[in-house]
Amino acid sequence: MSVFAGHRLTCIRGQRVVFRDLSFEVNAGGLLLLVGANGSGKTSLLRLMAGLLAPAAGVICWDGDDVRRDAETFRGVMRYVGHLDAVKPALTVAEHLRFWAALQIAPGSPAQPEVTTALEAFGIAHLAELPGRFLSAGQRRRLALARLLLVPARLWLLDEPRTALDTAAVARLDAAIADHRRTGGVVVLSSHAGERPPEATVLNLDDFAAAATEAWGWREAW
Amino acid sequence: MFAPSGQVARMSRFANPNRFLRWSDRLVPWLATVTGVLFAVGLYWALVASPPDYQQGESVRIMYVHVPAAWMALFCYTAMAGAAAVGLIWKHPLADLIAKATAPIGAAFTLLALVTGALWGKPMWGTWWVWDARLTSVLVLFFLYLGYIALNSAFDEPGRGARASAILALVGLVNVPIIKFSVDWWYTLHQPASVIRLEGPAIHASMLWPLLLMAAAFTSYYFWVLAVRVRGEIMAHKIRALRLRQAYG
Amino acid sequence: MARGVVSATLAVIRRDLRLAFRHGSDSLGAVVFFVLAVVLFPFGVGPGQEVLARIAPGVIWVAALLAAMLSLERLFQTDFEDGSLELLVLSPLPLSLLVVAKVLAHWLTTGVPLLLASPVLAVLLGLPTEGFGLLLAALALGTPSLSLVGAVGAALVLGARRGGVLVSLLVLPLYIPILIFGVAAVDAAITGVAARPPILLLAGFLAAALALAPWAAAAALREAVA
Repeated sequence: MSVFAGHRLTCIRGQRVVFRDLSFEVNAGGLLLLVGANGSGKTSLLRLMAGLLAPAAGVICWDGDDVRRDAETFRGVMRYVGHLDAVKPALTVAEHLRFWAALQIAPGSPAQPEVTTALEAFGIAHLAELPGRFLSAGQRRRLALARLLLVPARLWLLDEPRTALDTAAVARLDAAIADHRRTGGVVVLSSHAGERPPEATVLNLDDFAAAATEAWGWREAW
Repeated sequence: MFAPSGQVARMSRFANPNRFLRWSDRLVPWLATVTGVLFAVGLYWALVASPPDYQQGESVRIMYVHVPAAWMALFCYTAMAGAAAVGLIWKHPLADLIAKATAPIGAAFTLLALVTGALWGKPMWGTWWVWDARLTSVLVLFFLYLGYIALNSAFDEPGRGARASAILALVGLVNVPIIKFSVDWWYTLHQPASVIRLEGPAIHASMLWPLLLMAAAFTSYYFWVLAVRVRGEIMAHKIRALRLRQAYG
Repeated sequence: MARGVVSATLAVIRRDLRLAFRHGSDSLGAVVFFVLAVVLFPFGVGPGQEVLARIAPGVIWVAALLAAMLSLERLFQTDFEDGSLELLVLSPLPLSLLVVAKVLAHWLTTGVPLLLASPVLAVLLGLPTEGFGLLLAALALGTPSLSLVGAVGAALVLGARRGGVLVSLLVLPLYIPILIFGVAAVDAAITGVAARPPILLLAGFLAAALALAPWAAAAALREAVA
């Protein structure tokens, strides 16, 4: 049985039906790659999965349970890395990670977060005591990604994580993703570049673009 | 395992805008007629046929506009908050539009109550404005309306404005009694001795009937304008949908 | 789990305090505004001691209200802009608790400095000494309410055009009861009337705000990140 699944999801943003009747399934250790043109709803789908948006129709299930039914538990097993890096100019790199670790209060999380390990995995351990205002765009991105390793979570939702990363950092990210999948973790990744990670399930959002033919139908939306 | 959320199905059953357009199309002329008749009879009775007050003379006739306007100011706020709650909880888009369309009508009634209050105050108290507890409460209510209208239109996405202002309307609904209480309390603390209170003896039937008639006229007017405004909102929605269809079609 | 919730709440408070101290000028701004606004009044109404003493409670309270309102922008705006708010909303910490934590940090960095500055201003305006204790008590009870009610307004205007102007329109009418009770408490102490009722009313308002405002602000934050 699939660990993470969505069934007949419809997303309406503003008055536009971004996609309709979209279903997906990912198994333990699986990677779902979201592709599609600009405006096809990759970010919307990830935000829907994270629980930031509510679907106009359909359900998203984790381990067979509707994620909206017990949202706080679901947030404990999920990590979301969006377009914004959430880096504060006045806080040091280590302070950022310690704060985000303290926020994850899911049962079974380790008491002592592995700040250094997480920073080393993305090659920014030497920046630990540097305030956020001195970081480059790529370094901020690495810091945002280091959150993934801080307190283990089974589901990673990554919105174009390769943006601003150099090749070395991309390799580190790929290694982290591969490690995560080896231990049964699930990854959902959006990407507009052409890369195809191994054994990825590809979901092309252009296939569900209801908006192309029927922008905001009265009958179904109202 | 997968239960369809059914949200979309629920929406279409109760809030079909096309059905609203059909119904309101038939309703609007009736509401307009009823409003016109009520106003004609009510205004004649209030301004010509009813007796002048033994104390206030002819200026008491302002009451026939002032009091129903003040009633409607509160009625509209309650209606607006109620509709906003329905829109927020059951994601009922028609309720959002009703709340949005009610706000300017309620604000207009509130302004009317304030202006007629000031006009009444001049002969009664010798000054246009006194910091009377009621006038002050109504003034605050006017600001609450303005805040709602401003917040509703402050977002590029209309749905976001509707939800944010709905929360504000509910917060306001909780606060209106508190504000009213605090202003009454403030007024009794500072009450100047010279001001004549408005509560006279119980109102005489010859004045009560035209007053009730005017209140009915105001209420009918509200529903008429509300229907027209909601129709306008739906049309605007349709136009936006057509634009999107052109852009993506 | 319960201990995790407490430590997460404390982490939010610690972080916001740390941010406030590192951007020291931001939190000083509210106090400086408070002092300046009060100092303007003698220029407006003249230096006559009896007039100033008469209006002192009202002037101090109105200035505190405006200073608290101006500082509201800091509460959620930067977190909203840099994406931190999304992550806070997505953390397992209940959102209303998060609001309480942020409001507490906001009050510690703006409400408390206002409280500390108010005796100096009371001296400048020649407030009768009987009023000092109750001015502090009333501000201590009123300023948390200002932060709580303000949090709802600050959360509602996230992402809005002209958010700064808008928040004053939303929040100031809701501040009126706090202003009325706060000034009444000080006036009562000066004129020798019982100050208990307004103080109790301020406490009641704070209790009601503590019960309802986090919930409303949480709903508004959820809309803001959607």
